[in-house]
Amino acid sequence: MKNLIVKYWQILRKPSVHFSLGFLTLGGFIAGIFFWGGFNTALEVSNTEAFCISCHEMEDNVYEELKSTIHYTNRSGVRATCPDCHVPHEWTNKIARKMQASKEVWGKIFGTIDTRDKFLEHRLTLAQHEWARLKANDSLECRNCHNFEFMDFTAQGKRAVQQHSTSLANGDKTCIDCHKGIAHQLPDMKGIEGWH
Amino acid sequence: MNKFITLLTIFGVLTASALFAQDIATLRNGVEISKQEKSQPIPNPIKDDIKVGRNYPMQPPIIPHNIRDYQVDLNVNKCLSCHSRNRISESQATMVSVTHYMDRDGNFLAEVSPRRYFCTQCHVTQHDTKPLVENDFIDMQKLIAIRAEKAK
Repeated sequence: MKNLIVKYWQILRKPSVHFSLGFLTLGGFIAGIFFWGGFNTALEVSNTEAFCISCHEMEDNVYEELKSTIHYTNRSGVRATCPDCHVPHEWTNKIARKMQASKEVWGKIFGTIDTRDKFLEHRLTLAQHEWARLKANDSLECRNCHNFEFMDFTAQGKRAVQQHSTSLANGDKTCIDCHKGIAHQLPDMKGIEGWH
Repeated sequence: MNKFITLLTIFGVLTASALFAQDIATLRNGVEISKQEKSQPIPNPIKDDIKVGRNYPMQPPIIPHNIRDYQVDLNVNKCLSCHSRNRISESQATMVSVTHYMDRDGNFLAEVSPRRYFCTQCHVTQHDTKPLVENDFIDMQKLIAIRAEKAK
Protein backbone atom coordinates (compact mmCIF):
# COMPACT_ATOMS: atom_id res chain seq x y z
CA MET A 1 0.00 0.00 0.00
CA LYS A 2 2.75 2.37 1.05
CA ASN A 3 4.76 1.46 -2.05
CA LEU A 4 1.80 2.26 -4.26
CA ILE A 5 1.43 5.75 -2.76
CA VAL A 6 5.17 6.40 -3.10
CA LYS A 7 5.06 5.25 -6.75
CA TYR A 8 2.21 7.61 -7.65
CA TRP A 9 3.85 10.46 -5.77
CA GLN A 10 6.98 10.00 -7.84
CA ILE A 11 4.96 10.05 -11.07
CA LEU A 12 3.32 13.29 -9.97
CA ARG A 13 6.67 14.86 -9.15
CA LYS A 14 8.21 14.07 -12.57
CA PRO A 15 7.90 16.58 -15.39
CA SER A 16 5.62 15.57 -18.24
CA VAL A 17 7.36 13.70 -21.06
CA HIS A 18 4.66 13.54 -23.74
CA PHE A 19 2.44 16.60 -23.19
CA SER A 20 3.42 20.20 -23.71
CA LEU A 21 3.22 22.75 -20.92
CA GLY A 22 0.61 24.68 -22.93
CA PHE A 23 -1.60 21.62 -23.29
CA LEU A 24 -1.41 20.83 -19.61
CA THR A 25 -2.13 24.35 -18.37
CA LEU A 26 -4.80 25.23 -20.94
CA GLY A 27 -6.30 21.73 -20.88
CA GLY A 28 -6.36 21.84 -17.09
CA PHE A 29 -8.01 25.23 -17.16
CA ILE A 30 -10.71 24.15 -19.62
CA ALA A 31 -11.34 20.87 -17.81
CA GLY A 32 -11.60 22.90 -14.61
CA ILE A 33 -14.31 25.07 -16.14
CA PHE A 34 -16.23 21.98 -17.20
CA PHE A 35 -15.96 20.27 -13.86
CA TRP A 36 -16.79 23.38 -11.91
CA GLY A 37 -19.71 24.21 -14.18
CA GLY A 38 -21.01 20.67 -13.97
CA PHE A 39 -20.68 20.66 -10.21
CA ASN A 40 -22.46 23.95 -9.83
CA THR A 41 -25.25 22.96 -12.22
CA ALA A 42 -25.80 19.73 -10.31
CA LEU A 43 -25.77 21.70 -7.07
CA GLU A 44 -28.38 24.11 -8.36
CA VAL A 45 -30.57 21.30 -9.67
CA SER A 46 -30.57 19.84 -6.16
CA ASN A 47 -31.62 23.28 -4.99
CA THR A 48 -35.01 23.36 -6.67
CA GLU A 49 -38.42 22.55 -5.33
CA ALA A 50 -38.98 20.03 -8.11
CA PHE A 51 -35.95 18.12 -6.83
CA CYS A 52 -37.13 18.27 -3.20
CA ILE A 53 -40.59 16.93 -3.93
CA SER A 54 -39.34 14.24 -6.25
CA CYS A 55 -39.22 12.20 -3.04
CA HIS A 56 -42.65 11.22 -1.75
CA GLU A 57 -41.53 11.90 1.81
CA MET A 58 -41.38 15.59 0.98
CA GLU A 59 -44.25 15.75 -1.49
CA ASP A 60 -46.83 13.98 0.66
CA ASN A 61 -45.97 15.56 3.98
CA VAL A 62 -44.27 18.93 4.17
CA TYR A 63 -45.09 20.14 0.66
CA GLU A 64 -48.76 19.31 1.07
CA GLU A 65 -48.82 21.29 4.31
CA LEU A 66 -47.06 24.24 2.76
CA LYS A 67 -49.70 24.58 0.07
CA SER A 68 -52.36 26.16 2.28
CA THR A 69 -50.01 28.66 3.91
CA ILE A 70 -49.24 32.23 2.99
CA HIS A 71 -45.75 31.29 1.84
CA TYR A 72 -47.29 29.28 -0.98
CA THR A 73 -50.33 31.27 -2.01
CA ASN A 74 -51.07 34.92 -1.31
CA ARG A 75 -52.38 38.14 -2.81
CA SER A 76 -49.19 39.21 -4.59
CA GLY A 77 -48.08 35.82 -5.88
CA VAL A 78 -44.57 35.99 -4.46
CA ARG A 79 -43.80 32.63 -2.98
CA ALA A 80 -41.08 30.77 -1.15
CA THR A 81 -39.89 27.44 -2.46
CA CYS A 82 -38.26 24.79 -0.26
CA PRO A 83 -34.63 25.91 -0.73
CA ASP A 84 -35.50 29.56 -0.08
CA CYS A 85 -35.97 28.70 3.57
CA HIS A 86 -34.09 25.45 4.01
CA VAL A 87 -30.82 26.02 2.15
CA PRO A 88 -28.47 28.91 2.97
CA HIS A 89 -27.95 31.23 0.01
CA GLU A 90 -24.34 32.03 0.76
CA TRP A 91 -21.90 29.59 -0.86
CA THR A 92 -19.83 28.31 2.10
CA ASN A 93 -22.89 27.71 4.25
CA LYS A 94 -24.69 26.17 1.32
CA ILE A 95 -21.93 23.60 0.84
CA ALA A 96 -21.87 22.92 4.56
CA ARG A 97 -25.63 22.30 4.50
CA LYS A 98 -25.33 20.10 1.43
CA MET A 99 -22.72 17.99 3.18
CA GLN A 100 -25.06 17.64 6.13
CA ALA A 101 -27.74 16.58 3.68
CA SER A 102 -25.83 13.38 3.02
CA LYS A 103 -27.52 12.15 6.18
CA GLU A 104 -30.84 12.84 4.49
CA VAL A 105 -29.74 10.64 1.58
CA TRP A 106 -29.01 7.93 4.15
CA GLY A 107 -32.47 8.44 5.58
CA LYS A 108 -34.01 8.17 2.12
CA ILE A 109 -32.17 4.93 1.33
CA PHE A 110 -33.12 3.28 4.61
CA GLY A 111 -36.67 4.68 4.67
CA THR A 112 -36.39 6.54 7.98
CA ILE A 113 -39.55 8.53 7.27
CA ASP A 114 -41.06 6.62 4.36
CA THR A 115 -44.54 6.45 5.91
CA ARG A 116 -46.72 9.18 7.39
CA ASP A 117 -46.53 7.57 10.84
CA LYS A 118 -42.74 7.42 10.76
CA PHE A 119 -42.62 11.01 9.60
CA LEU A 120 -44.86 12.18 12.44
CA GLU A 121 -42.72 10.25 14.89
CA HIS A 122 -39.62 12.10 13.68
CA ARG A 123 -41.28 15.46 13.19
CA LEU A 124 -40.18 17.01 16.49
CA THR A 125 -36.54 16.02 15.95
CA LEU A 126 -36.57 17.27 12.37
CA ALA A 127 -38.25 20.52 13.37
CA GLN A 128 -35.78 21.06 16.18
CA HIS A 129 -32.90 20.80 13.72
CA GLU A 130 -34.41 23.57 11.64
CA TRP A 131 -35.22 25.75 14.64
CA ALA A 132 -31.67 25.35 15.91
CA ARG A 133 -30.24 26.26 12.52
CA LEU A 134 -32.42 29.36 12.17
CA LYS A 135 -31.80 30.41 15.76
CA ALA A 136 -28.03 30.10 15.22
CA ASN A 137 -27.95 32.20 12.05
CA ASP A 138 -30.44 34.79 13.37
CA SER A 139 -33.17 33.57 11.01
CA LEU A 140 -31.06 34.41 7.99
CA GLU A 141 -33.32 32.58 5.55
CA CYS A 142 -36.33 34.59 6.77
CA ARG A 143 -34.38 37.79 6.51
CA ASN A 144 -33.33 37.09 2.93
CA CYS A 145 -36.81 38.33 2.07
CA HIS A 146 -38.15 39.94 5.24
CA ASN A 147 -35.63 42.68 5.87
CA PHE A 148 -36.00 44.33 9.28
CA GLU A 149 -34.48 47.60 8.01
CA PHE A 150 -37.36 48.05 5.61
CA MET A 151 -40.24 47.00 7.86
CA ASP A 152 -42.88 49.71 8.04
CA PHE A 153 -44.31 49.53 11.54
CA THR A 154 -47.13 51.88 10.59
CA ALA A 155 -48.36 49.31 8.11
CA GLN A 156 -48.27 46.50 10.67
CA GLY A 157 -50.97 45.46 13.07
CA LYS A 158 -50.80 46.64 16.67
CA ARG A 159 -49.75 43.26 17.95
CA ALA A 160 -47.04 42.91 15.32
CA VAL A 161 -45.60 46.35 16.10
CA GLN A 162 -45.53 45.53 19.80
CA GLN A 163 -43.35 42.47 19.20
CA HIS A 164 -41.23 43.71 16.31
CA SER A 165 -40.34 47.11 17.75
CA THR A 166 -39.14 45.64 21.05
CA SER A 167 -37.79 42.10 21.17
CA LEU A 168 -36.93 41.79 17.50
CA ALA A 169 -35.43 45.27 17.25
CA ASN A 170 -33.08 44.84 20.21
CA GLY A 171 -32.04 41.37 19.13
CA ASP A 172 -33.56 39.53 22.11
CA LYS A 173 -35.59 37.41 19.79
CA THR A 174 -35.23 36.27 16.23
CA CYS A 175 -37.99 35.44 13.73
CA ILE A 176 -38.12 31.71 14.44
CA ASP A 177 -38.65 32.27 18.18
CA CYS A 178 -42.23 33.29 17.54
CA HIS A 179 -42.94 32.18 13.98
CA LYS A 180 -42.63 28.44 14.39
CA GLY A 181 -44.91 26.34 12.25
CA ILE A 182 -45.78 29.05 9.75
CA ALA A 183 -45.08 26.88 6.74
CA HIS A 184 -45.59 23.37 8.11
CA GLN A 185 -47.64 21.82 10.86
CA LEU A 186 -46.20 21.59 14.34
CA PRO A 187 -45.45 18.52 16.45
CA ASP A 188 -46.44 18.31 20.11
CA MET A 189 -44.94 21.51 21.50
CA LYS A 190 -45.03 20.57 25.17
CA GLY A 191 -42.02 22.05 26.94
CA ILE A 192 -40.96 24.28 24.06
CA GLU A 193 -40.47 27.93 24.93
CA GLY A 194 -43.41 30.13 24.09
CA TRP A 195 -45.99 27.38 23.95
CA HIS A 196 -48.55 26.96 26.72
CA MET B 1 -114.90 11.59 3.37
CA ASN B 2 -111.64 10.22 4.75
CA LYS B 3 -110.15 10.09 1.27
CA PHE B 4 -111.10 13.72 0.71
CA ILE B 5 -109.34 14.82 3.92
CA THR B 6 -106.21 12.89 2.95
CA LEU B 7 -106.17 14.47 -0.48
CA LEU B 8 -106.71 17.88 1.00
CA THR B 9 -103.84 17.38 3.47
CA ILE B 10 -101.48 16.23 0.72
CA PHE B 11 -102.45 19.21 -1.38
CA GLY B 12 -101.88 21.52 1.58
CA VAL B 13 -98.46 20.05 2.35
CA LEU B 14 -97.39 20.27 -1.27
CA THR B 15 -98.46 23.91 -1.58
CA ALA B 16 -96.75 24.78 1.67
CA SER B 17 -93.51 23.03 0.71
CA ALA B 18 -93.57 24.77 -2.67
CA LEU B 19 -93.91 28.10 -0.87
CA PHE B 20 -91.15 27.25 1.60
CA ALA B 21 -88.90 26.03 -1.18
CA GLN B 22 -88.92 29.54 -2.58
CA ASP B 23 -88.01 30.93 0.82
CA ILE B 24 -85.14 28.51 1.24
CA ALA B 25 -83.68 29.63 -2.06
CA THR B 26 -82.97 33.16 -0.74
CA LEU B 27 -79.29 32.45 -0.07
CA ARG B 28 -78.97 31.49 -3.72
CA ASN B 29 -80.71 34.68 -4.79
CA GLY B 30 -83.41 32.65 -6.48
CA VAL B 31 -80.95 30.97 -8.82
CA GLU B 32 -82.16 27.52 -9.83
CA ILE B 33 -80.53 24.59 -8.12
CA SER B 34 -79.29 23.28 -11.46
CA LYS B 35 -77.50 26.53 -12.25
CA GLN B 36 -74.31 27.97 -10.84
CA GLU B 37 -74.69 31.31 -9.14
CA LYS B 38 -72.10 33.96 -9.89
CA SER B 39 -69.66 33.71 -7.02
CA GLN B 40 -69.10 36.60 -4.66
CA PRO B 41 -65.64 37.84 -3.70
CA ILE B 42 -64.37 36.28 -0.48
CA PRO B 43 -64.44 38.97 2.22
CA ASN B 44 -61.41 39.71 4.39
CA PRO B 45 -61.43 39.05 8.10
CA ILE B 46 -61.54 42.14 10.30
CA LYS B 47 -58.19 42.49 12.07
CA ASP B 48 -58.24 45.85 13.79
CA ASP B 49 -57.57 44.38 17.27
CA ILE B 50 -60.50 46.33 18.68
CA LYS B 51 -62.75 44.52 21.15
CA VAL B 52 -66.26 43.98 19.79
CA GLY B 53 -69.23 44.40 22.15
CA ARG B 54 -71.23 41.41 23.34
CA ASN B 55 -74.88 41.01 22.51
CA TYR B 56 -75.58 39.09 25.70
CA PRO B 57 -73.43 38.35 28.75
CA MET B 58 -72.61 34.75 27.85
CA GLN B 59 -71.61 35.52 24.29
CA PRO B 60 -68.16 34.18 23.41
CA PRO B 61 -66.06 37.21 22.50
CA ILE B 62 -65.33 37.82 18.83
CA ILE B 63 -61.74 37.35 17.59
CA PRO B 64 -60.57 40.77 16.35
CA HIS B 65 -57.57 39.49 14.38
CA ASN B 66 -56.69 37.18 11.54
CA ILE B 67 -56.43 33.51 12.45
CA ARG B 68 -55.37 32.14 9.09
CA ASP B 69 -53.46 28.86 9.46
CA TYR B 70 -53.70 28.87 13.25
CA GLN B 71 -53.08 25.28 14.21
CA VAL B 72 -55.40 23.94 16.88
CA ASP B 73 -55.17 20.20 17.21
CA LEU B 74 -53.95 17.39 19.44
CA ASN B 75 -50.37 18.66 19.24
CA VAL B 76 -50.63 22.41 19.62
CA ASN B 77 -53.03 25.23 20.19
CA LYS B 78 -51.79 28.40 18.54
CA CYS B 79 -54.45 30.52 20.27
CA LEU B 80 -53.28 29.41 23.70
CA SER B 81 -49.70 30.36 22.88
CA CYS B 82 -50.88 33.92 23.61
CA HIS B 83 -54.17 33.60 25.49
CA SER B 84 -53.38 30.91 28.09
CA ARG B 85 -52.76 31.88 31.71
CA ASN B 86 -48.99 31.25 31.49
CA ARG B 87 -48.53 33.28 28.35
CA ILE B 88 -50.48 36.50 28.86
CA SER B 89 -47.79 38.41 30.75
CA GLU B 90 -45.52 38.12 27.75
CA SER B 91 -48.13 38.41 25.03
CA GLN B 92 -50.36 41.00 26.73
CA ALA B 93 -53.35 39.21 25.26
CA THR B 94 -56.67 38.67 27.01
CA MET B 95 -56.62 35.55 29.16
CA VAL B 96 -59.19 32.90 28.27
CA SER B 97 -61.99 33.13 30.82
CA VAL B 98 -61.72 31.15 34.02
CA THR B 99 -64.59 28.91 32.92
CA HIS B 100 -62.21 27.38 30.41
CA TYR B 101 -60.16 25.97 33.27
CA MET B 102 -63.18 24.23 34.82
CA ASP B 103 -64.42 20.75 34.12
CA ARG B 104 -68.16 20.24 33.77
CA ASP B 105 -68.56 19.72 37.51
CA GLY B 106 -67.05 23.12 38.23
CA ASN B 107 -63.68 21.85 39.48
CA PHE B 108 -60.69 23.98 38.52
CA LEU B 109 -57.96 22.35 36.48
CA ALA B 110 -54.33 23.35 35.96
CA GLU B 111 -54.76 23.50 32.19
CA VAL B 112 -57.51 24.49 29.83
CA SER B 113 -60.24 21.89 30.02
CA PRO B 114 -60.41 19.56 27.00
CA ARG B 115 -64.05 20.50 26.47
CA ARG B 116 -62.99 24.13 25.93
CA TYR B 117 -59.87 23.38 23.91
CA PHE B 118 -61.17 23.96 20.39
CA CYS B 119 -61.44 27.74 20.33
CA THR B 120 -63.21 28.20 17.02
CA GLN B 121 -66.10 26.05 18.21
CA CYS B 122 -67.34 29.22 19.92
CA HIS B 123 -65.02 32.07 18.98
CA VAL B 124 -65.02 33.37 15.45
CA THR B 125 -63.55 36.17 13.41
CA GLN B 126 -65.81 38.65 11.65
CA HIS B 127 -65.65 39.48 8.00
CA ASP B 128 -65.88 42.81 6.30
CA THR B 129 -69.09 42.09 4.43
CA LYS B 130 -72.85 42.62 4.31
CA PRO B 131 -74.87 39.95 6.15
CA LEU B 132 -76.71 37.57 3.84
CA VAL B 133 -79.69 37.52 6.16
CA GLU B 134 -80.91 40.50 8.11
CA ASN B 135 -80.58 40.16 11.86
CA ASP B 136 -83.47 41.31 14.02
CA PHE B 137 -81.85 40.44 17.34
CA ILE B 138 -82.78 42.85 20.15
CA ASP B 139 -80.51 43.35 23.13
CA MET B 140 -82.21 42.27 26.34
CA GLN B 141 -81.55 45.59 28.01
CA LYS B 142 -83.47 47.21 25.19
CA LEU B 143 -86.31 44.73 25.77
CA ILE B 144 -86.41 45.64 29.44
CA ALA B 145 -86.48 49.31 28.52
CA ILE B 146 -89.34 48.75 26.09
CA ARG B 147 -91.27 46.85 28.74
CA ALA B 148 -90.70 49.57 31.30
CA GLU B 149 -91.86 52.12 28.77
CA LYS B 150 -95.06 50.14 28.15
CA ALA B 151 -95.76 49.76 31.88
CA LYS B 152 -95.83 53.51 32.34
